[in-house]
Parts: sequence; C-alpha cells; structure tokens
Amino acid sequence: MERVPVLKIGDILLVSIQIDMEDQTALQLQEDLADRIVATGCHGVIIDISALDIVDSFVGRTLATIASISRVLDAETVVVGMRPAVAITLVELGLSLPGIRTALNVERGMELLAREREAEFDDDADEDDADEAVVAAS
Amino acid sequence: MTAGDDIAAKETLAIRSDQDVVRVRQLVRTLAVSVKLSLVDQTKLVTAASELARNTLVYGGGGTVVAGRVDNGRRSGIRIVFSDNGPGIPDLDLALTDGYTTGGGLGLGLSGARRLVDEFDIDTAVGQGTTISVIKWCR
Repeated sequence: MERVPVLKIGDILLVSIQIDMEDQTALQLQEDLADRIVATGCHGVIIDISALDIVDSFVGRTLATIASISRVLDAETVVVGMRPAVAITLVELGLSLPGIRTALNVERGMELLAREREAEFDDDADEDDADEAVVAAS
Repeated sequence: MTAGDDIAAKETLAIRSDQDVVRVRQLVRTLAVSVKLSLVDQTKLVTAASELARNTLVYGGGGTVVAGRVDNGRRSGIRIVFSDNGPGIPDLDLALTDGYTTGGGLGLGLSGARRLVDEFDIDTAVGQGTTISVIKWCR
C-alpha cells in the first residue's frame, strides 16, 4: 500500500495527494495526520487535492473526518485545489462537505489559516483585557 | 441477454480488494477518454464506477465488472456492468434512498451513483446477488 507524505512547513502540516488512493491509504493518512498534529503541535492542516481527478464518497467522508479530528486536536483543516469537475460531481453525488474549509490553492489556504489564527489571538487578547478589567474593578 | 452482451471490445476485471477498486477507476477513466466524454462527464462516470465497485466489494463480497463502448446508432457511450453473488438487496427503494446505509458509510453510493449516470438498471435477488448496469452517453 502506498502512503501519502505529511510535510511540516512552519506551523502548518501540508499534505498533497498525488496518487489514486486505495481506501486503506486514505484511512492511513487520517491516522498519520492525527499523529503528526499531536507530535508537532501544528495548528493548521492543508490538504491539496489538485491532482485528484475524482473524489468519491469515501474520500469525501475521509476528508470530513480528518477535519473533525484536527479540530478536536486544536488544528484547522483547509482542503485546497479542488478541480471544477470534481466540485460539480461531488455536489451531484450529494456530498457538499459540510464542516470542511476550502480554498482555491495552497497559498490562499495558508492565508486563510494565518487570518484565523490571528483572529483567535485577538479574541484571546480581548478576553485577557476583560479579565484584567474585572480584577481592576474589584 | 447476458449482462454486457452489447458492449464492444469489453474488458473484464475482478473486484476482490481495495486495489481492484482503483483498477476499475483506471479502466473506466481510459474508456471514458476513448469515447471523448466531456471532462465533467468523465469525472461523473469514474466517480459512479468507484462507488459501485466499492459496493460490489463491501456489500456483495466481491464480484466482477465488465465495461466497454456501446453505440445506439446516434450516440456512443460507456456501459459498465457490476455483478456479485452476494446477499442481494432486500428493499431496493430503501437502498436507493439518500443517506440509507447498512455498512456504516454515508449512504450515498447507490443513490449518488444513479444521479451521476444517464442510465441505471439494477437487478437483485435476495440470496443470489446483484447486477447493476450503468451507461453514460456522449453529448
């Protein structure tokens, strides 16, 4: 069975699926990613599917599961590079991939993750300010 | 008529493993390109074939696929026939309902595949097996 490599770039794990995956390969990727998220503490996962000429319900479900697992492990997943014909087919198949963030390419996916991370930090900072204000008032 | 008699230059593959599902996708892709289906139609047909091949493996316990070119005098297309000697489908209407599954999947395989092709015929008998034939015509 072939295996899909998981690359770490800064705070992001990048997966580019370049092969026609057997179901078992997709499940292995799911496990590998969960392990790498925990091992590296990365907060973002980008899955590039620009080389895939089809996404069937099994791969679609695996992508959704990866996104859910990542979220539980404090990482956001963005699926990038979906071909137009794949998008049309997926929707007609009945799979709209709810809960999956998408971007047109890797670059935009990285921007999306950076923006989200920033927004999260801002929220945290606001909460800290609020806590301090309460402390100051008491 | 035996399933697939009208298919020209038909190819047959056994479906017994995950790898065979990948082989079915590759075969159907090659055939779809050979009759010049549009890119979207190629994608739809290969996706439908992937769903049905997986069903043959998971629910039918394995089986065979026969695929090739068909012509109806006006248009050409690709016909694919999946057969297994598995348990059959007791309630076909239910099995064709979006979201219904007995196998822990999303329940989109059969119903979704039907939407992706132009013709979809299913012949099933409990205890004997299931044969599904699909056609995608060139536009």
